[in-house]
Amino acid sequence: MSRYFTDEHEWIEIEGDTATIGITDYAQSQLGDIVFVEVPSAGTQVTKGADAAVVESVKAASDVYAPIAGTVLEGNPALEEDPALVNTAPETDGWFFKLTVADKSELDGLMDEAGYKAFVAGL
Amino acid sequence: MNAPNKSGWKPAMNADGESIGGPATHTGNRALMLEEKLIFEIGGTDTTGVDLPAPDLSAPRRMGGLDRDARIGLPGLSEPETVRHYTRLSRQNYAIDLGLFPLGSCTMKHNPRLNEKVARMPGFADLHPMAPSTTTQGALAVIHELGEWLKTLTGMPAVAMSPKAGAHGELCGILAIRAALEARGDARKVVLCPESAHGTNPATAAFAGYEVEDIPATPEGRVDLAALEARLGPDVAAVMITNPNTCGLFERDFRKIADAVHAGGGLVYCDGANFNAIVGRVRPGDLGVDAMHINLHKTFSTPHGGGGPGSGPVVFSEALAPFAPLPFVEKNDDGFVLVEEETAGDRHSNSFGRMTAFHGQMGMFTRALTYILSHGADGLKQVAEDAVLNANYVLRKLEDVLHAPFADSGPCMHEALFGDKGFAEGLSTLDLAKGLIDEGYHPMTMYFPLVVHGAMLVEPTETESKAALDQFIGAMRSVAERAIAGDETLKTAPHYAPRRRLDETLAARKPVLAWAEPAAE
Repeated sequence: MSRYFTDEHEWIEIEGDTATIGITDYAQSQLGDIVFVEVPSAGTQVTKGADAAVVESVKAASDVYAPIAGTVLEGNPALEEDPALVNTAPETDGWFFKLTVADKSELDGLMDEAGYKAFVAGL
Repeated sequence: MNAPNKSGWKPAMNADGESIGGPATHTGNRALMLEEKLIFEIGGTDTTGVDLPAPDLSAPRRMGGLDRDARIGLPGLSEPETVRHYTRLSRQNYAIDLGLFPLGSCTMKHNPRLNEKVARMPGFADLHPMAPSTTTQGALAVIHELGEWLKTLTGMPAVAMSPKAGAHGELCGILAIRAALEARGDARKVVLCPESAHGTNPATAAFAGYEVEDIPATPEGRVDLAALEARLGPDVAAVMITNPNTCGLFERDFRKIADAVHAGGGLVYCDGANFNAIVGRVRPGDLGVDAMHINLHKTFSTPHGGGGPGSGPVVFSEALAPFAPLPFVEKNDDGFVLVEEETAGDRHSNSFGRMTAFHGQMGMFTRALTYILSHGADGLKQVAEDAVLNANYVLRKLEDVLHAPFADSGPCMHEALFGDKGFAEGLSTLDLAKGLIDEGYHPMTMYFPLVVHGAMLVEPTETESKAALDQFIGAMRSVAERAIAGDETLKTAPHYAPRRRLDETLAARKPVLAWAEPAAE
């Protein structure tokens, strides 16, 4: 099990061929109170860097990008009822969607936790 | 001058001008600051404000089984109750007639009373849109003359008057671009928008069936010409650029951008929302624009922001003119005619269709033309100059206390842009905006454009005097200093508004959109 981060403030957790994707604690703190999340439905094909989900806060609506290509297994059903999960547990229960990874080599170039921390510190 | 309320004694002040709390009132009213219930809570559902004859219940029923089987539950208010309700609500509103309205990219300028006088002349106000054109020559002349002014001011050869708002105008322009590309058998897929674009730009392109791609900005806040040129290709239908842009800056490379887009076979849409800063000074036609909407409700002073409908005429280049929508007004030997499907014939067979059923926002045309004629060409030029001067005054007077990310990018145009860098931990742009309400101002545009952290976008327009600007700057400075110092009271502002800070998160997550009759106790 290993976790990667993107410069668009998504995290991606790899377990076998399955990736779980969400936004980071830093991202939720910048967005403010989340009021709506739209996640992709199962079976959706996503490509690396393409829009995959939408997150809306009291400040702004933002796209969430797929950090890696694959086929969506499920969107987090809990976020429809309780989008605030993204604020309270962004990197655990507030995950956005899971997908079957198409090509693990696409993980090359993503940051690890230490790298992401340094990236955020530089912002 | 910058201290609040020092000019005279106020009942809620002690001798030093400090606020003192008064006793709670029985009604909840604070003198002339009146509490007001929802209209449903005022009138009982068993009362009525009108006196109708009793219905003849013995008459045969003709409702086909669709008879109402429950009370509608509408409140029954008398006329004075109704008038008072809305008058009381209007007193809790903020309006350009009450004070400076600094919303950036909105051009909240004064709406001259002369405009209103002309728009109310019975020959304009009482016209029916289906009246025969022999009886509406004056109105058609107004539409035509206004169109001629817009063409002259923009240096563009054609105009569509019918779009009814800025975004509606964008759609009109993009549909004309699409029609032109399809007519030459070159349907393309992609529309490019800068990162700082008004949100309506990408939305318009997507609505018209295009894929939208971002163009990055340079560190100085302008479109990155090199990145744009690198992205151009046979799949790019158009570029949509706002000029002056939403960072308040003039796009100096616009002509180069337009030339590059044209060389690649694409077309150039300019969002004219910020035209106020350049009207009479720059003709977008000279910059290579193919289509641009003009917000009459911004640059040409017709009421907006709850005060009136928008109006967004679109000017076109020679390349796009054949594809402009119907109807349009034409002048011939017999006078003015409204050219519609039945009369356009071969002269306009490539029109992409219609944006609206009728001519457009007639009430805004009369107002906008009044504004133009009362200012004249020289006056319009001065409008742009004064608007830019006022915005630069605000920028330079506040850049020592508020972070101004593009302060070194040259003079700003219609608006001054600030960020929240330097605020104490835990204090945000939202808190500053709420503090500004306590100072008696409608807050500026905030959190837009997205390229600046905690953005505050201030557009004073040419309406404001130096004294009015100085007072506003004083208020901004005072609240900004509190945000930098970490003043905890700012987190709970506003303190003096009819309502304290509203729970925007709860309102968005669990909106209550309909009034429900309380259950009987």
